[in-house]
Amino acid sequence: MYKYTEFDQAFVRDRVAQFRGQVARRIDGSLTEDEFKPLRLMNGLYLQLHAYMLRVAIPYGTLNSGQMRQLALIADRWDKGYGHFTTRQNIQYNWPELRDVPDILDALADVEMHAIQTSGNTVRNVTADHFAGASADEIADPRPYAELLRQWSTDHPEFQFLPRKFKIAVTGSPEDRAVTKAHDIGLRIVRQDGQIGFQVLVGGGLGRTPMIGKVLRDFLPVDDLLPYVEAVVSVWNLLGRRDNKFKARIKITVHENGIESIRDLVEDRFAGIRPLFTGVDQDLLADITAAFAPPAFRKASVAAYEKAYADKPAFRAWADTNLAAHRDPDHAIVSVSLKKPGQTPGDATSDQMRALADLAERFGHDELRISHEQNVILPHVHKADMPAVYAALREADLATANIGLVSDIIACPGMDYCGLATARSIPVAQQIATRFEDLKLEHEIGPLKIKISGCINACGHHHVGHIGILGLDRAGVENYQITLGGDGGADAVVGERAGPGFAYDEVVDAIERLLTSYLDLRETEDETFLDAYRRLGATPFKAALYPEKEGRDAA
Amino acid sequence: MPRAFTPKVITANALLEGDAVWFTEDDTWTRDMAKAELLTDEAHADLRLLEANARKHEIAGAYLADAAPTPNGPAPTHFREAFRTRGPSNYAHGKQAE
Repeated sequence: MYKYTEFDQAFVRDRVAQFRGQVARRIDGSLTEDEFKPLRLMNGLYLQLHAYMLRVAIPYGTLNSGQMRQLALIADRWDKGYGHFTTRQNIQYNWPELRDVPDILDALADVEMHAIQTSGNTVRNVTADHFAGASADEIADPRPYAELLRQWSTDHPEFQFLPRKFKIAVTGSPEDRAVTKAHDIGLRIVRQDGQIGFQVLVGGGLGRTPMIGKVLRDFLPVDDLLPYVEAVVSVWNLLGRRDNKFKARIKITVHENGIESIRDLVEDRFAGIRPLFTGVDQDLLADITAAFAPPAFRKASVAAYEKAYADKPAFRAWADTNLAAHRDPDHAIVSVSLKKPGQTPGDATSDQMRALADLAERFGHDELRISHEQNVILPHVHKADMPAVYAALREADLATANIGLVSDIIACPGMDYCGLATARSIPVAQQIATRFEDLKLEHEIGPLKIKISGCINACGHHHVGHIGILGLDRAGVENYQITLGGDGGADAVVGERAGPGFAYDEVVDAIERLLTSYLDLRETEDETFLDAYRRLGATPFKAALYPEKEGRDAA
Repeated sequence: MPRAFTPKVITANALLEGDAVWFTEDDTWTRDMAKAELLTDEAHADLRLLEANARKHEIAGAYLADAAPTPNGPAPTHFREAFRTRGPSNYAHGKQAE
């Protein structure tokens, strides 16, 4: 993992000291809220429905055990004993008091973490594939590039007052687990003539106007990464619609100007600034890449794993759903579900965080990841250790075997916390998960991604859910719109709205009707919900959602 | 015709704790919405909002929220404001736990 240099350490500490002064001036009345707000947002501090919320970056989703323990300590000392992992690989604390925030930031700096640029109109936390450096299908580890981008974008003087926020995601694998097509810039590592480079996507994004990213460059050599990304952000910085918040994101700029015109402007700007990058960035990248060298994978017998797999049905069920192929065949990637039915998606208690830190330290080369799907990953576990890991996860109530299934739901905080939300998300996710647990249909239904957002801003990625749920306020009542057929993978697709929304107490029944009818409609047990939807189109699924209408039309 | 003014309360977040507070008749902030001043006249409501906003080092983001008179005092009419009087629905945290 990357270790802070003296420069990084000094920068983060200075920033905490600066913010400590700003908080003191807000409390003594010398700063108004209007003056203070942009300063606190630059440091990840929001004011929400019931309290402040501190959003802490987990760059490219990577943590070590010491950092995870510190997150647990912060949760215990300054919050309510838990944290919420988000779809942007951040952790959010929902209950900090204003006076304590500088101390929390100092505690983060102690373990090389920060909350800088987790809000505001800046380049946000750079996200990456949560299986980075571990997955069997990877071309190269995306994290060194994500770290280079983090360093370049942090306090970048040209990009502190962008038209709007700017999100970059990087994947090193053709199986896109980083939703790169729904980002302002998506970088996909590709190989061309034996050389590693990037396919550069631009103008993707969800929110009120969902757009799938377009290819800006088919192949960008690694040495051109920073000047090229700088050219993109810089072109948008001038063209972006500062007159209208809803038209300010680069997806609208690309849509309004056309990808060809944006490409010409970017190439022109790139030609101008490329000579200014004299290679210092590449020296830095070499050091960063060395820091991400893979751990020494041990050689040992996997007999203990095979015996447990053969003898213990609960272990087998968990292994079948929660393990993924590792680049070393004797290892596996463990996805630890934070989605036990009835729990809040993405929440972990401080005890659970410490249990995960212990496991990473004992069995996982001290590495943890946070996925955009709001789960925790142990990326490098030898199969021989898997029975012990599973037993420890059970002990910590973290052994739910549901990765990629109906109860592995993404949900934004919604109106239980968020000041922007128009309806609740969390209880809808809880009720869907417990309903299908009661019905014992989860494994029967198979792979399915349900994603729930509590407002049009789409933090819950509902547009790219196989089933998306969007909570709205309709005349003072919570109302939930369902979209179908979305996909956040390599060939991302925005789902289609199925029809009128459902009331809070109707939406779980609607999802049950939808999935019951899927079970009747599928050709074989291997045909997933998404495959069946693609084969049959929306009509039979709409009929399941709106049976009354169907009856009326037939009459 | 202009729409009839519906009764309101002034609400904000407390500066230090960040939780929901409501403005009372005697220019203090209460954590119990039922003790808030119910504003039934538009001009008076606008004036009170100015006065509330002047207390900028006690609160952040004061605004007028719809409320209904009840025998116990003002009560929320919209679900968002109702949630603010209680706290989140996933844990017994916030005002419902106090």
